[in-house]
Amino acid sequence: MKDLFRGKLVRLTAEDPETMARLFSRWSGDSEFMRLEDWDPARGFSVKAAREWIEKHWEKELAYAFIIRRLEDDHIIGEIGLNGIRWEHGDAWLGIGLGEREYWGKGYGTDAIRVMLRYAFTELNLHRLTLNVFEYNPRAIRSYEKAGFVLEGRERGVLNRDGRRWDVLYMGILREEWKDGR
Amino acid sequence: MSVHTPLFESEQIRLGPIDHEKDAEVESCWTHDAEFMRLMYLEPARPFSPWQVKKKYEALEKSIEEEKNLFHFRIRAREDGRLIGLAEIYFISWANAVGSIRLGIGAAEDRRRGYGSETLRLLLRYAFTELNLYRLTALIPEYNTGALALFREAGFVEEVCRRQALARDGQRWDLFHYGLLSEEWQRRAK
Repeated sequence: MKDLFRGKLVRLTAEDPETMARLFSRWSGDSEFMRLEDWDPARGFSVKAAREWIEKHWEKELAYAFIIRRLEDDHIIGEIGLNGIRWEHGDAWLGIGLGEREYWGKGYGTDAIRVMLRYAFTELNLHRLTLNVFEYNPRAIRSYEKAGFVLEGRERGVLNRDGRRWDVLYMGILREEWKDGR
Repeated sequence: MSVHTPLFESEQIRLGPIDHEKDAEVESCWTHDAEFMRLMYLEPARPFSPWQVKKKYEALEKSIEEEKNLFHFRIRAREDGRLIGLAEIYFISWANAVGSIRLGIGAAEDRRRGYGSETLRLLLRYAFTELNLYRLTALIPEYNTGALALFREAGFVEEVCRRQALARDGQRWDLFHYGLLSEEWQRRAK
């Protein structure tokens, strides 16, 4: 059987809230990272606040939230996770953030997404995955397309940033559209 | 429109807060109607007892206080004050001035009598002229033809089609996102 948690460039690991919180607290100081991640106003989070948030959410439901590590040296690149899983409908949200900027644009994110797709479709047996991405993030859009996601529509003008309105794009992939490793 | 315009009432209905004494009994009845539950919610349909409904009201009001991103209304008939349905503007992002909207008419015999469109008219005016939102989103399952007609009639347009996102009655259904911008609503209101 395949090692489900390992791709060509990266592997996914589970970490304690303390480790996740330290990473996220540091990444939250990067306003560009935060504005690509979330529609809330960018702001920094203390380690304590981040840890309490994570612990609260992990106690409520089993979290499929992982850290992305580079295979060649085990360096941490970012985080990836499935949220809001609706088991009865077989749908979940995919979220990914590469907090370490020096790894942007090198294919690590796409590889991590491919690992998550295989996990979602062959172990969790979901029917589809959903994600949304902001109009001003073409690097992410390209990566999602490479991994097999297709555009399902755009909500007009949801974001108000840098003095103008931006769309939020929705993308999806069905299990029948997903092709392992190709 | 002026400050004298009553925001919470129209010909047949009035919007108001939860009645913690009386509403739970009525809403518990609605939850025993699987059709209502499946039109209103994406979660698996299930009946709730009045006690369970009351607990939900408490959680709802706590989250309204804490999160400050939700406005919840009860729809009541003006003629006799009875509870007809519920309506919400929820998931508001104040920094972006956007929110989501949903409403439901509880009893089958109260549907298709104009209560829904009156509620939607009031909610849109409230969202765009009191909350000052820039846009609203409505999530509507493909099988909810009543809601699709209602929101299209009010000027909402289809923006997203999440293909096969729902599984019900042994088949797959799309989940639509409909959107309406404040400027579009204002053009129609004139």
